[in-house]
Amino acid sequence: MMDTAKTATNPLIEAKNLRIAFGRGEAAVEVVHGISFTLGREKLGIVGESGAGKSTIGRAIMRLSPPGARVTADRLTFKDVDLLKASEKEMMRLRGRRIGLILQDPKYSLNPVVPVGEQIAETWRLHHPGRAGAREAAERTLSILEAVKIRDPRRVAKLYPHEISGGMGQRVMIAMMLIAGPDVLIADEPTSALDVTVRLEVLTLLDELIESRGLGLILISHDLNLVRRFCDRVVIMYAGRIMETLKASELDKAEHPYTRGLLGSLPSIHSEQRRLPVLTRDPAWLLGAGAAR
Amino acid sequence: MIEVRDLNIRFAHDAPLVVAGLSFKVATGSTFGLVGESGCGKSTVLRALAGLNTTYDGEILLDGTPLPPHRPKTFFKRVQMVFQDPYGSLHPRQTIQAQLLEPLRNQGIHKPLSVVGEALESVGLPRAAAFRFPHQLSGGQRQRVAIARALMLEPEVLLLDEPTSALDVSVQAEILNLLMDLRDARNLTFVLVSHDLAVIAHMCHDIAVMQGGRIVDSFDAAQLRAGTLNHPYTRELLTASEAYGEGPAPQVELA
Repeated sequence: MMDTAKTATNPLIEAKNLRIAFGRGEAAVEVVHGISFTLGREKLGIVGESGAGKSTIGRAIMRLSPPGARVTADRLTFKDVDLLKASEKEMMRLRGRRIGLILQDPKYSLNPVVPVGEQIAETWRLHHPGRAGAREAAERTLSILEAVKIRDPRRVAKLYPHEISGGMGQRVMIAMMLIAGPDVLIADEPTSALDVTVRLEVLTLLDELIESRGLGLILISHDLNLVRRFCDRVVIMYAGRIMETLKASELDKAEHPYTRGLLGSLPSIHSEQRRLPVLTRDPAWLLGAGAAR
Repeated sequence: MIEVRDLNIRFAHDAPLVVAGLSFKVATGSTFGLVGESGCGKSTVLRALAGLNTTYDGEILLDGTPLPPHRPKTFFKRVQMVFQDPYGSLHPRQTIQAQLLEPLRNQGIHKPLSVVGEALESVGLPRAAAFRFPHQLSGGQRQRVAIARALMLEPEVLLLDEPTSALDVSVQAEILNLLMDLRDARNLTFVLVSHDLAVIAHMCHDIAVMQGGRIVDSFDAAQLRAGTLNHPYTRELLTASEAYGEGPAPQVELA
């Protein structure tokens, strides 16, 4: 309850009637149909199937939408910055420094020919051009690697991405995002390339760091169970629309047939089911306005 | 139906073993699950079973008969495989019909073209899908095509390598239902490899946990459901699956 109050008074990110379309004129296809949500200092999950538009939203906030995308909204802000009107120079200061983006697969997101320590140091130097001492950057790199619980930071900093495991790679990515000290993290499927035991480690770490630094997190995922256990609030998306927004702890009480269908279609370790209930998609879901509660 | 005895696999003669001393049996009409994390050797075992990897030590028996490492053509009439990625396992420039007919052509079997339509209908696709290309289908539809292709020769055994891990949960439910229906209708034997304990628990009768190329624990589905497993690695997997998964055993039933 307190979280919701905080969110209402002082949102970090606010989106109102956000629409994203690809293509021009007559041929334009709208993929996100006027959605609204706010993010406070909380963990907000965005859940939906492939193609629901969840990653598109994450990129629109960072203004990293591909060329040809048209983003419009009544309001799209980060604190008091209007993300639709900000100049590219302002956006450059925002990206990484204030809003960090963690992507799914560290294998593709890290530069394969640069040691990971150097990549983290580069982030620090980019965001602190005034005091970009190589030594300070190196020291900060080691301490942030320690913060993401890498046991031997000196050794790991010298390794190349192919020499580290997937879990370590994801921790390096998190370190890289945190070193600039952002207020908001957008994590796009941060653990779907990882094994369950590694996923547990990475999420526990992320949780601790968010808690201790008081960040806001948008977790984009297709995994309803993960979001339900990890996040404070959940936005359920389907075909570019928000079906409903609810507290993660109240997901069991979800009323929307889509949410119920998604929950029902999960196989379970503990209960035996002959058949899994299959989702029947109701065209009427596409008519409802994408308003958040 | 399938028996594996003391299977050892290494990728070079001086390389370490990636699969070490593996033995298991799969009864006809049942589903055997291999579960483990990336790199534990579960897919390697499946590829050896399928005859895609011919350099192994130990014995693989089908119906009590030992198989030669280089499988004869008749083997593929009895055992077929479905791969993880329905985007990679279908030929991008062949129609679905051409791809479904290929197993028949390989075996020199002549059948009327109508078998294509029947195969598609048996996996819940319209007959008209025969004239589509893979890029015109969704991920779930492609995996249905891959299953239809594996069933063209009416095999007795299907080897399933993470058949749903590239799919959304809603589509996963459809594919898992389809596989269970086909298993019952045709008395198929499945060997299912997955990293997802929930999928394994849902589908399998007997389950083996692999770690570092070895089977470290094996049990049946009822034991997994009851959560009465004691091996430390199995417990670790279970705890990790539950932590950000469905939660521990005594839980509120989902509708």
